Amino acid sequence: MSDAKALPTPHIVEIGEQAIPEAALKVAAEFAGEVDHVGRFPSETFWVLRDYGLLGALVPKSCGGHGASLGRVAADCQALGAACSASGMILAMHHVQVACLARHALGAPWHTALLRRVARDQLLLASSTSEVDIGGALRTSGCAIVRQKNRFEVVKRASAISYAKDADAILVTARAHQDAASGDQALAVVERNGLTLEPQNEWDAMGMRGTGTGAFILTGKGAMEQILATPFADVAACTMVPISHILWSAVWTGIAGDAVARARAFLRKKPPAADGSLPHGALALAEAVEQLQLAEARIKMAITAFDWQTPVSPNFASAAADNGLKTGVSEVCLAVTQQAMAVCGFAGFARKGPFSVSRHLRDLHSAPLMIANSRMRESAARLLLAQKPLLGLD
Amino acid sequence: MGHEGTEGAIREILATYGRLNRPAAELAVDADLFTVGLDSQAVINVMLAIEERFDFEFPENRLNRATFATIKSIADVADSARASA
Repeated sequence: MSDAKALPTPHIVEIGEQAIPEAALKVAAEFAGEVDHVGRFPSETFWVLRDYGLLGALVPKSCGGHGASLGRVAADCQALGAACSASGMILAMHHVQVACLARHALGAPWHTALLRRVARDQLLLASSTSEVDIGGALRTSGCAIVRQKNRFEVVKRASAISYAKDADAILVTARAHQDAASGDQALAVVERNGLTLEPQNEWDAMGMRGTGTGAFILTGKGAMEQILATPFADVAACTMVPISHILWSAVWTGIAGDAVARARAFLRKKPPAADGSLPHGALALAEAVEQLQLAEARIKMAITAFDWQTPVSPNFASAAADNGLKTGVSEVCLAVTQQAMAVCGFAGFARKGPFSVSRHLRDLHSAPLMIANSRMRESAARLLLAQKPLLGLD
Repeated sequence: MGHEGTEGAIREILATYGRLNRPAAELAVDADLFTVGLDSQAVINVMLAIEERFDFEFPENRLNRATFATIKSIADVADSARASA
Protein backbone atom coordinates (compact mmCIF):
# COMPACT_ATOMS: atom_id res chain seq x y z
CA MET A 1 0.00 0.00 0.00
CA SER A 2 1.07 3.58 -0.49
CA ASP A 3 2.32 6.06 2.02
CA ALA A 4 -0.56 8.49 2.38
CA LYS A 5 1.87 11.28 3.25
CA ALA A 6 3.32 11.06 -0.23
CA LEU A 7 -0.01 12.03 -1.78
CA PRO A 8 -1.12 15.62 -2.37
CA THR A 9 -2.94 17.20 0.56
CA PRO A 10 -6.69 16.63 0.26
CA HIS A 11 -8.30 19.76 -1.06
CA ILE A 12 -10.31 20.22 -4.21
CA VAL A 13 -8.45 22.24 -6.81
CA GLU A 14 -10.48 23.90 -9.57
CA ILE A 15 -8.98 22.76 -12.87
CA GLY A 16 -11.90 23.08 -15.32
CA GLU A 17 -10.73 22.49 -18.89
CA GLN A 18 -7.11 21.88 -17.91
CA ALA A 19 -5.65 18.46 -18.60
CA ILE A 20 -5.62 15.82 -15.87
CA PRO A 21 -2.72 16.66 -13.50
CA GLU A 22 0.56 14.81 -13.81
CA ALA A 23 0.27 13.88 -10.13
CA ALA A 24 -2.76 11.68 -10.87
CA LEU A 25 -1.06 10.00 -13.82
CA LYS A 26 2.10 9.41 -11.83
CA VAL A 27 0.29 7.76 -8.94
CA ALA A 28 -1.86 5.68 -11.32
CA ALA A 29 1.23 4.44 -13.16
CA GLU A 30 3.06 3.73 -9.94
CA PHE A 31 0.34 1.42 -8.65
CA ALA A 32 -0.85 -0.04 -11.97
CA GLY A 33 1.25 -3.16 -11.61
CA GLU A 34 0.05 -3.91 -8.10
CA VAL A 35 -3.59 -3.13 -8.93
CA ASP A 36 -3.33 -5.62 -11.78
CA HIS A 37 -1.39 -8.25 -9.87
CA VAL A 38 -3.59 -8.24 -6.77
CA GLY A 39 -6.77 -7.44 -8.68
CA ARG A 40 -7.88 -4.59 -6.44
CA PHE A 41 -9.51 -1.18 -6.75
CA PRO A 42 -6.98 1.55 -7.67
CA SER A 43 -7.59 3.50 -4.47
CA GLU A 44 -4.47 5.65 -4.72
CA THR A 45 -5.50 6.97 -8.15
CA PHE A 46 -8.94 7.88 -6.92
CA TRP A 47 -7.62 9.67 -3.85
CA VAL A 48 -5.72 11.99 -6.17
CA LEU A 49 -8.61 12.35 -8.65
CA ARG A 50 -10.85 13.34 -5.75
CA ASP A 51 -8.29 15.88 -4.53
CA TYR A 52 -8.56 17.60 -7.89
CA GLY A 53 -12.34 17.33 -7.97
CA LEU A 54 -12.13 15.22 -11.11
CA LEU A 55 -15.11 13.00 -10.26
CA GLY A 56 -17.10 16.18 -10.81
CA ALA A 57 -15.47 16.98 -14.17
CA LEU A 58 -18.73 16.45 -16.12
CA VAL A 59 -20.98 17.87 -13.39
CA PRO A 60 -22.32 21.23 -14.61
CA LYS A 61 -20.83 24.34 -13.06
CA SER A 62 -24.31 25.20 -11.77
CA CYS A 63 -24.00 22.15 -9.51
CA GLY A 64 -20.47 22.91 -8.40
CA GLY A 65 -18.68 20.71 -10.93
CA HIS A 66 -16.05 21.59 -13.51
CA GLY A 67 -18.54 21.62 -16.39
CA ALA A 68 -15.76 20.22 -18.56
CA SER A 69 -16.34 19.32 -22.20
CA LEU A 70 -16.74 15.77 -23.43
CA GLY A 71 -13.52 16.17 -25.41
CA ARG A 72 -11.67 17.20 -22.26
CA VAL A 73 -12.81 14.20 -20.21
CA ALA A 74 -12.15 11.84 -23.14
CA ALA A 75 -8.55 13.07 -23.26
CA ASP A 76 -8.28 12.63 -19.48
CA CYS A 77 -9.64 9.08 -19.66
CA GLN A 78 -7.14 8.33 -22.42
CA ALA A 79 -4.21 9.69 -20.40
CA LEU A 80 -5.31 7.85 -17.27
CA GLY A 81 -5.86 4.63 -19.25
CA ALA A 82 -2.30 4.89 -20.51
CA ALA A 83 -1.06 5.06 -16.92
CA CYS A 84 -3.41 2.42 -15.46
CA SER A 85 -6.07 0.71 -17.57
CA ALA A 86 -8.37 -0.05 -14.64
CA SER A 87 -8.19 3.53 -13.33
CA GLY A 88 -9.01 4.92 -16.78
CA MET A 89 -11.91 2.54 -17.33
CA ILE A 90 -13.40 3.18 -13.89
CA LEU A 91 -13.18 6.96 -14.40
CA ALA A 92 -14.80 6.55 -17.83
CA MET A 93 -17.66 4.46 -16.44
CA HIS A 94 -18.22 7.00 -13.65
CA HIS A 95 -18.36 9.86 -16.15
CA VAL A 96 -20.99 7.98 -18.18
CA GLN A 97 -23.26 7.80 -15.13
CA VAL A 98 -22.72 11.50 -14.37
CA ALA A 99 -23.55 12.32 -18.00
CA CYS A 100 -26.84 10.37 -17.77
CA LEU A 101 -27.86 12.41 -14.72
CA ALA A 102 -26.62 15.75 -16.07
CA ARG A 103 -28.40 15.36 -19.41
CA HIS A 104 -31.63 13.70 -18.32
CA ALA A 105 -32.34 14.57 -14.68
CA LEU A 106 -30.96 18.04 -14.12
CA GLY A 107 -34.43 19.47 -13.51
CA ALA A 108 -35.30 16.93 -10.82
CA PRO A 109 -34.54 18.14 -7.27
CA TRP A 110 -33.24 14.80 -5.96
CA HIS A 111 -30.91 14.21 -8.90
CA THR A 112 -29.71 17.81 -8.94
CA ALA A 113 -28.83 17.45 -5.27
CA LEU A 114 -27.00 14.20 -6.07
CA LEU A 115 -24.96 15.93 -8.77
CA ARG A 116 -24.03 18.63 -6.27
CA ARG A 117 -22.87 15.91 -3.88
CA VAL A 118 -20.88 14.21 -6.65
CA ALA A 119 -19.01 17.48 -7.10
CA ARG A 120 -18.74 18.46 -3.42
CA ASP A 121 -18.16 15.05 -1.81
CA GLN A 122 -16.58 13.42 -4.89
CA LEU A 123 -19.00 10.48 -4.95
CA LEU A 124 -18.12 7.60 -7.27
CA LEU A 125 -21.03 6.29 -9.38
CA ALA A 126 -21.27 2.78 -10.82
CA SER A 127 -23.69 1.06 -13.17
CA SER A 128 -25.74 -2.13 -13.10
CA THR A 129 -27.33 -2.91 -16.45
CA SER A 130 -26.49 -6.56 -17.26
CA GLU A 131 -28.49 -9.34 -15.71
CA VAL A 132 -28.36 -13.12 -15.36
CA ASP A 133 -30.34 -14.85 -18.18
CA ILE A 134 -30.29 -11.59 -20.19
CA GLY A 135 -26.56 -10.82 -20.36
CA GLY A 136 -25.36 -7.54 -21.74
CA ALA A 137 -28.51 -6.64 -23.69
CA LEU A 138 -28.74 -3.11 -22.36
CA ARG A 139 -32.30 -2.48 -23.44
CA THR A 140 -33.80 -5.53 -21.76
CA SER A 141 -34.49 -6.09 -18.07
CA GLY A 142 -35.97 -9.00 -16.16
CA CYS A 143 -36.11 -7.46 -12.69
CA ALA A 144 -38.69 -4.78 -11.93
CA ILE A 145 -39.14 -1.70 -9.80
CA VAL A 146 -41.56 -2.69 -7.03
CA ARG A 147 -43.30 0.35 -5.68
CA GLN A 148 -44.57 0.64 -2.11
CA LYS A 149 -46.21 4.05 -1.67
CA ASN A 150 -43.40 6.57 -2.23
CA ARG A 151 -40.63 3.99 -1.86
CA PHE A 152 -39.28 1.36 -4.23
CA GLU A 153 -37.34 -1.86 -4.06
CA VAL A 154 -35.52 -3.67 -6.85
CA VAL A 155 -33.86 -7.09 -6.64
CA LYS A 156 -31.52 -7.76 -9.52
CA ARG A 157 -29.37 -10.77 -10.33
CA ALA A 158 -26.63 -8.59 -11.76
CA SER A 159 -24.18 -10.55 -13.92
CA ALA A 160 -21.48 -7.87 -13.92
CA ILE A 161 -21.07 -4.70 -11.87
CA SER A 162 -17.69 -3.00 -11.91
CA TYR A 163 -16.20 -1.53 -8.68
CA ALA A 164 -19.55 -2.15 -6.98
CA LYS A 165 -18.06 -2.26 -3.50
CA ASP A 166 -16.13 0.97 -3.95
CA ALA A 167 -19.00 2.99 -5.42
CA ASP A 168 -21.09 5.47 -3.45
CA ALA A 169 -24.17 4.90 -5.60
CA ILE A 170 -25.19 2.54 -8.41
CA LEU A 171 -27.49 3.41 -11.31
CA VAL A 172 -29.66 0.33 -11.84
CA THR A 173 -31.84 -0.56 -14.82
CA ALA A 174 -35.07 -2.46 -14.22
CA ARG A 175 -38.51 -2.81 -15.75
CA ALA A 176 -40.41 0.35 -14.87
CA HIS A 177 -43.05 -1.58 -12.88
CA GLN A 178 -44.05 -5.18 -12.25
CA ASP A 179 -46.32 -5.41 -15.31
CA ALA A 180 -43.91 -3.63 -17.65
CA ALA A 181 -42.50 -5.31 -20.77
CA SER A 182 -38.82 -6.22 -20.75
CA GLY A 183 -37.96 -3.16 -22.85
CA ASP A 184 -40.02 -0.72 -20.74
CA GLN A 185 -37.19 0.21 -18.39
CA ALA A 186 -36.45 2.81 -15.76
CA LEU A 187 -33.12 3.94 -14.35
CA ALA A 188 -32.98 4.10 -10.54
CA VAL A 189 -30.21 5.58 -8.43
CA VAL A 190 -29.47 3.40 -5.41
CA GLU A 191 -27.22 4.89 -2.76
CA ARG A 192 -24.82 2.94 -0.59
CA ASN A 193 -27.18 3.13 2.40
CA GLY A 194 -30.01 1.57 0.37
CA LEU A 195 -27.89 -1.11 -1.20
CA THR A 196 -27.21 -4.76 -0.39
CA LEU A 197 -24.75 -6.71 -2.54
CA GLU A 198 -24.44 -10.49 -2.25
CA PRO A 199 -21.34 -11.55 -4.22
CA GLN A 200 -21.93 -14.50 -6.56
CA ASN A 201 -18.40 -15.00 -7.84
CA GLU A 202 -14.85 -13.80 -7.51
CA TRP A 203 -13.41 -11.48 -10.18
CA ASP A 204 -10.18 -13.22 -11.15
CA ALA A 205 -9.91 -12.29 -14.80
CA MET A 206 -7.25 -12.23 -17.49
CA GLY A 207 -7.20 -8.44 -17.64
CA MET A 208 -8.80 -5.26 -16.33
CA ARG A 209 -8.28 -6.90 -12.98
CA GLY A 210 -8.55 -3.66 -11.01
CA THR A 211 -12.11 -2.96 -12.17
CA GLY A 212 -13.47 -5.59 -9.76
CA THR A 213 -16.26 -6.62 -12.10
CA GLY A 214 -18.31 -9.16 -10.17
CA ALA A 215 -21.71 -10.82 -10.22
CA PHE A 216 -24.01 -9.87 -7.37
CA ILE A 217 -27.54 -10.23 -6.19
CA LEU A 218 -28.30 -6.54 -5.81
CA THR A 219 -31.09 -5.35 -3.57
CA GLY A 220 -31.72 -1.65 -3.88
CA LYS A 221 -34.13 0.50 -1.92
CA GLY A 222 -34.91 4.16 -2.09
CA ALA A 223 -37.47 6.91 -2.55
CA MET A 224 -39.48 6.96 -5.79
CA GLU A 225 -37.91 10.33 -6.63
CA GLN A 226 -34.57 8.54 -7.06
CA ILE A 227 -35.91 6.98 -10.27
CA LEU A 228 -35.26 9.09 -13.36
CA ALA A 229 -38.47 10.41 -14.90
CA THR A 230 -36.97 10.02 -18.39
CA PRO A 231 -37.51 6.45 -19.67
CA PHE A 232 -34.26 4.50 -19.77
CA ALA A 233 -34.80 3.96 -23.51
CA ASP A 234 -34.11 7.66 -24.05
CA VAL A 235 -31.27 7.84 -21.53
CA ALA A 236 -29.59 4.87 -23.21
CA ALA A 237 -30.01 6.08 -26.79
CA CYS A 238 -29.14 9.74 -26.21
CA THR A 239 -26.40 9.44 -23.62
CA MET A 240 -25.37 6.13 -22.08
CA VAL A 241 -24.56 4.32 -25.32
CA PRO A 242 -22.82 7.09 -27.28
CA ILE A 243 -20.82 8.45 -24.33
CA SER A 244 -19.82 4.95 -23.16
CA HIS A 245 -18.46 4.18 -26.58
CA ILE A 246 -16.55 7.47 -26.81
CA LEU A 247 -15.00 7.22 -23.34
CA TRP A 248 -14.27 3.48 -23.46
CA SER A 249 -12.61 4.02 -26.83
CA ALA A 250 -10.58 6.87 -25.36
CA VAL A 251 -9.32 4.56 -22.60
CA TRP A 252 -8.46 1.82 -25.09
CA THR A 253 -6.45 4.18 -27.28
CA GLY A 254 -4.64 5.31 -24.15
CA ILE A 255 -3.64 1.73 -23.30
CA ALA A 256 -2.60 0.99 -26.89
CA GLY A 257 -0.78 4.34 -27.06
CA ASP A 258 1.30 3.44 -24.01
CA ALA A 259 2.13 0.05 -25.56
CA VAL A 260 3.26 1.82 -28.74
CA ALA A 261 5.34 4.29 -26.69
CA ARG A 262 7.07 1.35 -25.02
CA ALA A 263 7.71 -0.29 -28.40
CA ARG A 264 9.21 2.97 -29.68
CA ALA A 265 11.42 3.29 -26.61
CA PHE A 266 12.57 -0.30 -27.16
CA LEU A 267 13.56 0.45 -30.75
CA ARG A 268 15.36 3.67 -29.79
CA LYS A 269 17.52 1.80 -27.30
CA LYS A 270 19.00 -0.36 -30.03
CA PRO A 271 22.36 0.87 -31.32
CA PRO A 272 22.04 2.36 -34.83
CA ALA A 273 23.07 0.00 -37.62
CA ALA A 274 26.33 0.97 -39.34
CA ASP A 275 24.69 0.57 -42.76
CA GLY A 276 21.82 2.89 -41.82
CA SER A 277 19.20 0.16 -42.00
CA LEU A 278 16.10 0.30 -39.80
CA PRO A 279 16.03 -1.82 -36.66
CA HIS A 280 13.91 -4.95 -36.82
CA GLY A 281 10.34 -4.00 -35.84
CA ALA A 282 10.49 -0.36 -36.92
CA LEU A 283 8.01 -0.89 -39.73
CA ALA A 284 5.59 -2.54 -37.31
CA LEU A 285 5.85 0.61 -35.18
CA ALA A 286 4.89 2.76 -38.17
CA GLU A 287 1.93 0.50 -38.94
CA ALA A 288 0.78 0.56 -35.31
CA VAL A 289 0.91 4.36 -35.22
CA GLU A 290 -1.06 4.56 -38.48
CA GLN A 291 -3.81 2.40 -37.07
CA LEU A 292 -3.90 4.17 -33.74
CA GLN A 293 -4.16 7.55 -35.45
CA LEU A 294 -7.15 6.27 -37.46
CA ALA A 295 -8.77 5.15 -34.22
CA GLU A 296 -8.14 8.51 -32.57
CA ALA A 297 -9.56 10.33 -35.59
CA ARG A 298 -12.68 8.17 -35.33
CA ILE A 299 -13.10 9.13 -31.66
CA LYS A 300 -12.61 12.83 -32.46
CA MET A 301 -15.25 12.52 -35.18
CA ALA A 302 -17.72 11.10 -32.65
CA ILE A 303 -16.94 13.82 -30.10
CA THR A 304 -17.39 16.55 -32.73
CA ALA A 305 -20.72 15.08 -33.84
CA PHE A 306 -22.03 14.82 -30.29
CA ASP A 307 -24.25 17.73 -29.25
CA TRP A 308 -24.03 17.88 -25.46
CA GLN A 309 -26.61 20.65 -25.13
CA THR A 310 -29.47 18.90 -26.92
CA PRO A 311 -30.11 15.27 -26.01
CA VAL A 312 -31.85 13.86 -29.07
CA SER A 313 -32.46 10.26 -29.91
CA PRO A 314 -30.01 9.39 -32.71
CA ASN A 315 -31.39 8.27 -36.04
CA PHE A 316 -30.66 4.74 -37.24
CA ALA A 317 -27.48 5.66 -39.09
CA SER A 318 -26.10 7.53 -36.06
CA ALA A 319 -26.93 4.59 -33.79
CA ALA A 320 -25.06 2.28 -36.19
CA ALA A 321 -22.11 4.69 -36.09
CA ASP A 322 -22.15 4.63 -32.25
CA ASN A 323 -21.77 0.85 -32.47
CA GLY A 324 -19.14 1.04 -35.19
CA LEU A 325 -17.00 3.34 -33.07
CA LYS A 326 -16.83 0.75 -30.30
CA THR A 327 -16.35 -2.34 -32.45
CA GLY A 328 -13.76 -0.67 -34.67
CA VAL A 329 -11.65 1.03 -32.01
CA SER A 330 -11.68 -1.97 -29.66
CA GLU A 331 -10.24 -4.25 -32.35
CA VAL A 332 -7.70 -1.74 -33.64
CA CYS A 333 -6.34 -1.12 -30.14
CA LEU A 334 -5.95 -4.84 -29.50
CA ALA A 335 -4.20 -5.36 -32.84
CA VAL A 336 -1.92 -2.36 -32.31
CA THR A 337 -0.87 -3.65 -28.90
CA GLN A 338 -0.19 -7.09 -30.37
CA GLN A 339 2.15 -5.35 -32.83
CA ALA A 340 3.84 -3.50 -29.98
CA MET A 341 4.53 -6.85 -28.34
CA ALA A 342 5.98 -8.21 -31.57
CA VAL A 343 8.35 -5.21 -31.65
CA CYS A 344 9.46 -5.66 -28.04
CA GLY A 345 9.73 -9.46 -28.22
CA PHE A 346 10.32 -11.15 -24.90
CA ALA A 347 10.90 -7.76 -23.24
CA GLY A 348 7.29 -7.07 -24.15
CA PHE A 349 6.14 -10.51 -23.08
CA ALA A 350 7.70 -10.01 -19.63
CA ARG A 351 5.35 -9.03 -16.82
CA LYS A 352 7.61 -6.22 -15.63
CA GLY A 353 10.15 -3.83 -17.06
CA PRO A 354 10.05 -0.67 -19.18
CA PHE A 355 9.18 -2.60 -22.37
CA SER A 356 6.55 -4.90 -20.88
CA VAL A 357 3.24 -4.68 -22.76
CA SER A 358 1.75 -7.91 -21.45
CA ARG A 359 -0.65 -6.14 -19.07
CA HIS A 360 -1.74 -3.82 -21.87
CA LEU A 361 -2.48 -6.79 -24.10
CA ARG A 362 -4.38 -8.67 -21.40
CA ASP A 363 -6.41 -5.58 -20.52
CA LEU A 364 -7.30 -4.85 -24.14
CA HIS A 365 -8.65 -8.37 -24.65
CA SER A 366 -11.63 -7.11 -22.63
CA ALA A 367 -12.42 -4.42 -25.20
CA PRO A 368 -14.16 -6.56 -27.86
CA LEU A 369 -16.06 -8.37 -25.07
CA MET A 370 -17.52 -5.36 -23.23
CA ILE A 371 -20.84 -5.86 -25.02
CA ALA A 372 -19.74 -8.46 -27.55
CA ASN A 373 -18.62 -6.97 -30.85
CA SER A 374 -20.48 -9.69 -32.78
CA ARG A 375 -23.77 -8.67 -31.18
CA MET A 376 -23.07 -4.99 -31.76
CA ARG A 377 -22.33 -5.61 -35.42
CA GLU A 378 -25.60 -7.53 -35.82
CA SER A 379 -27.42 -4.54 -34.41
CA ALA A 380 -25.50 -2.13 -36.65
CA ALA A 381 -26.23 -4.33 -39.67
CA ARG A 382 -29.97 -4.09 -39.04
CA LEU A 383 -29.76 -0.33 -38.66
CA LEU A 384 -27.74 0.00 -41.85
CA LEU A 385 -30.35 -1.95 -43.79
CA ALA A 386 -32.82 0.71 -42.69
CA GLN A 387 -30.74 3.82 -43.34
CA LYS A 388 -27.70 4.54 -45.46
CA PRO A 389 -24.50 4.92 -43.45
CA LEU A 390 -22.96 8.21 -42.39
CA LEU A 391 -20.25 8.55 -45.01
CA GLY A 392 -18.77 11.43 -46.97
CA LEU A 393 -16.39 14.24 -46.13
CA ASP A 394 -18.97 16.98 -46.50
CA MET B 1 -55.80 4.92 -48.58
CA GLY B 2 -57.03 7.29 -45.83
CA HIS B 3 -55.40 7.83 -42.47
CA GLU B 4 -57.46 5.09 -40.82
CA GLY B 5 -56.53 2.73 -43.60
CA THR B 6 -52.88 3.54 -42.98
CA GLU B 7 -53.31 2.84 -39.29
CA GLY B 8 -55.00 -0.48 -40.03
CA ALA B 9 -52.16 -1.55 -42.31
CA ILE B 10 -49.62 -0.51 -39.67
CA ARG B 11 -51.44 -2.64 -37.10
CA GLU B 12 -51.20 -5.65 -39.43
CA ILE B 13 -47.48 -5.08 -39.91
CA LEU B 14 -46.94 -4.63 -36.17
CA ALA B 15 -48.79 -7.90 -35.56
CA THR B 16 -46.46 -9.69 -37.98
CA TYR B 17 -43.10 -8.05 -37.22
CA GLY B 18 -43.45 -6.07 -33.97
CA ARG B 19 -43.11 -8.97 -31.51
CA LEU B 20 -45.52 -7.10 -29.23
CA ASN B 21 -46.82 -8.61 -26.02
CA ARG B 22 -50.37 -7.41 -26.79
CA PRO B 23 -52.51 -7.79 -29.94
CA ALA B 24 -51.73 -4.84 -32.22
CA ALA B 25 -55.43 -4.53 -33.13
CA GLU B 26 -56.28 -3.63 -29.53
CA LEU B 27 -53.73 -0.85 -29.08
CA ALA B 28 -54.72 2.80 -28.89
CA VAL B 29 -53.20 4.86 -31.70
CA ASP B 30 -51.17 6.84 -29.16
CA ALA B 31 -50.03 3.87 -27.05
CA ASP B 32 -46.25 3.75 -26.60
CA LEU B 33 -45.19 0.75 -28.69
CA PHE B 34 -41.87 0.47 -26.86
CA THR B 35 -43.71 -0.25 -23.61
CA VAL B 36 -45.60 -3.17 -25.19
CA GLY B 37 -42.54 -4.99 -26.43
CA LEU B 38 -41.34 -3.25 -29.59
CA ASP B 39 -37.54 -3.34 -29.47
CA SER B 40 -34.70 -1.93 -31.52
CA GLN B 41 -34.48 -5.09 -33.64
CA ALA B 42 -38.17 -5.42 -34.38
CA VAL B 43 -38.52 -1.74 -35.22
CA ILE B 44 -36.23 -2.17 -38.23
CA ASN B 45 -38.36 -5.01 -39.60
CA VAL B 46 -41.50 -2.97 -39.02
CA MET B 47 -39.97 -0.03 -40.87
CA LEU B 48 -38.85 -2.12 -43.84
CA ALA B 49 -42.28 -3.79 -44.04
CA ILE B 50 -44.04 -0.42 -44.03
CA GLU B 51 -41.79 0.92 -46.78
CA GLU B 52 -42.47 -2.20 -48.82
CA ARG B 53 -46.23 -2.10 -48.24
CA PHE B 54 -46.68 1.60 -49.07
CA ASP B 55 -43.87 1.87 -51.61
CA PHE B 56 -42.11 4.87 -50.13
CA GLU B 57 -39.02 5.58 -48.07
CA PHE B 58 -39.10 7.20 -44.66
CA PRO B 59 -37.38 10.61 -44.77
CA GLU B 60 -33.84 10.47 -43.32
CA ASN B 61 -34.68 12.91 -40.55
CA ARG B 62 -37.58 10.78 -39.37
CA LEU B 63 -35.64 7.55 -39.04
CA ASN B 64 -35.51 7.61 -35.27
CA ARG B 65 -37.16 6.15 -32.24
CA ALA B 66 -39.76 8.93 -31.93
CA THR B 67 -41.23 8.12 -35.34
CA PHE B 68 -41.89 4.53 -34.32
CA ALA B 69 -43.15 5.25 -30.80
CA THR B 70 -46.89 5.08 -31.63
CA ILE B 71 -49.17 3.88 -34.42
CA LYS B 72 -50.24 7.51 -34.91
CA SER B 73 -46.69 8.84 -35.29
CA ILE B 74 -45.84 6.13 -37.84
CA ALA B 75 -49.06 6.84 -39.77
CA ASP B 76 -48.45 10.61 -39.73
CA VAL B 77 -44.97 10.22 -41.17
CA ALA B 78 -46.10 7.60 -43.68
CA ASP B 79 -49.03 9.72 -44.91
CA SER B 80 -47.03 12.93 -45.20
CA ALA B 81 -44.16 11.14 -46.94
CA ARG B 82 -46.53 9.59 -49.46
CA ALA B 83 -48.34 12.91 -49.99
CA SER B 84 -45.09 14.64 -50.88
CA ALA B 85 -43.82 11.76 -53.02
